[in-house]
Amino acid sequence: MSTKTNDYKRAYIWQLPIRIFHWVNAWAITGLVATGFIIGNPPGLISTKEATDQFWFGYIREIHFICAYLLVAVMILRVYFAFKGNKYANWRIFFPFKKEGFKRMWHVIKFDIFLQNEETNGSPTGAVGHNSVVAASYLVMFLMGLVMIGTGFAMYAPTSTWFFPKMFGWVTNLCGGDFNVRTIHHFTTWTFILFAIVHIYLVFFHDWLEGLGETSAMVSGYKFVRRERIKEDKETEIVKEIAAAENTTKDSVLK
Amino acid sequence: MEDKDKVPETYYNSIQRQGYTRRDFLKFAAYIGAYMGVQSSAIGQITKALETTPRLPVIWEHFQECTCCSESFIRSDHPIVADIILDKISLDYTLTLMAASGHQAEAAKKATMNKYKGEYILCVEGSIPMGADGNYCCIGGRSALDILKESAAGAKAIIAWGSCATSGCVQAAKPNPTGAVPIHKIITDKPIINVPGCPPIGEVMAGIIVHVVAFGKLPELDSAGRPKAFYSKRVHDSCYRRPYFDAGLFAENFDDENAKKGYCLYKVGCKGPSTYNACGNMKWNGGVSYPIQSGHGCIGCSANDFWDAGSFYSRDSSIIPGNIEANADTLGKIALGGVAAGIGAHAVISNVSKRKELTHRINQGTENEKHLEDL
Repeated sequence: MSTKTNDYKRAYIWQLPIRIFHWVNAWAITGLVATGFIIGNPPGLISTKEATDQFWFGYIREIHFICAYLLVAVMILRVYFAFKGNKYANWRIFFPFKKEGFKRMWHVIKFDIFLQNEETNGSPTGAVGHNSVVAASYLVMFLMGLVMIGTGFAMYAPTSTWFFPKMFGWVTNLCGGDFNVRTIHHFTTWTFILFAIVHIYLVFFHDWLEGLGETSAMVSGYKFVRRERIKEDKETEIVKEIAAAENTTKDSVLK
Repeated sequence: MEDKDKVPETYYNSIQRQGYTRRDFLKFAAYIGAYMGVQSSAIGQITKALETTPRLPVIWEHFQECTCCSESFIRSDHPIVADIILDKISLDYTLTLMAASGHQAEAAKKATMNKYKGEYILCVEGSIPMGADGNYCCIGGRSALDILKESAAGAKAIIAWGSCATSGCVQAAKPNPTGAVPIHKIITDKPIINVPGCPPIGEVMAGIIVHVVAFGKLPELDSAGRPKAFYSKRVHDSCYRRPYFDAGLFAENFDDENAKKGYCLYKVGCKGPSTYNACGNMKWNGGVSYPIQSGHGCIGCSANDFWDAGSFYSRDSSIIPGNIEANADTLGKIALGGVAAGIGAHAVISNVSKRKELTHRINQGTENEKHLEDL
């Protein structure tokens, strides 16, 4: 039996702000979805207490609003790092609508959906960061996030005095009234639920079949790439840099 | 109408002529000022304006409507409202209330339109049918569209009374057989005050008229053209049952214990959270009550397309037209089931189809584990 295993190198792909974005975003969305469903259809409790003694539904709504602000905050952070971050965080990744991008998308689809094997230096999708299909889906989810922020703050605006929610007042007119805004908000929620499920599944799927360490990468920031993918002439530099500071390898890792 | 050729008298003159005292008049000014939400110092301004301003000529057109707006208006709880506005505002033409009829009435309207060109206020009740060349609504042999265009041409401003005139209301509900459209879809070159509601609250209507009269300009409007003084808050936000909402105490049925206790009607389809109106503050019929206080949820009559926006008794809305009742959660659950099934199948198939590669990798890994020096 062959005991030759691949030689993997550790590459720092997801910078700290990107990981912060990911987890705050994930928990904010979880909180928003959970409280959102309660707000949409609250349980009818039988209580002997006076209304003045309880405020649970008010707190549910408060959690929803706090999560909404967190979502906005990390979204702004993420947009900033789409310009300031490394190449795996760059905004260009999310627009793979060029010839090369479509070629990569087709590659991902062949691997993920038609389950064909194709050897490309240890990464069947040919991508170390986001693969093209996933990147395009993140663009869609970003737009969905804007829809949720727009419709959510449009409903929030009339009871707010701060300028930020008030900026979204026009959305209500655009949608033709609060009722439609609410309906759009409710429907769009489901895109996040469905996305989250597929997203988590695909992370596990790729981790299992590709072995780049996708799951842990969003915690540590590191992925594992095959030695062959790292250009020879840069190698000494990498060793030096890693020795100097672990976080400055970003330019050395090539596709 | 009879005093068309006289020197225009002021509101105060006509109020006095009606037999009201100065005290009654001042009470009215304070009352309407309070409803309009102006500060107390502006009440003097209102009083002065009503004393000195010549009465405003008003043409009140009725198209596809049920006259509930007029009914609501004449039931404003202060008698001067009905007197000043309907009798004395020089309401030169209104089908429901004018004494004249036939050619006389049409001639009177024509005369006002010519004499006060660019000065009169046009009030419109009802929507305009665009289907069948506008023949669904004809008055005096002319289509509503035709009449509206003519009256609007010389108007200083237009007040669109009620949901018919502001969003089409029941006539424009699906499938909208007459092709009814609201006023702002037809008249685009005049300032329009939208006063939605089915009907609007009488005091709101009076307040808007008095505002136009007293300050000589339109009240401050929101982005949907509605006066901010009355439509800036949702019914929900000024509802006296709001504390039950925040406490999470809801009626689940109209006949349950919670409904009896007067809990929030959110779960039985109250549209208060999506409806902008002053019902919670001003209430109806002189502050007696309003729908929620009477135990029924708000149906959202001042919201756009409220007939089509889901059931009055449910918070869910169906997006698929026709008989299929589909709301967000039903569709979502179906999609969730589909995705879950897809993922399950995908997981099984991928492990089978890539078994060679996986076996190889697992063997390698196991082999390495055996040769690992540890402990």
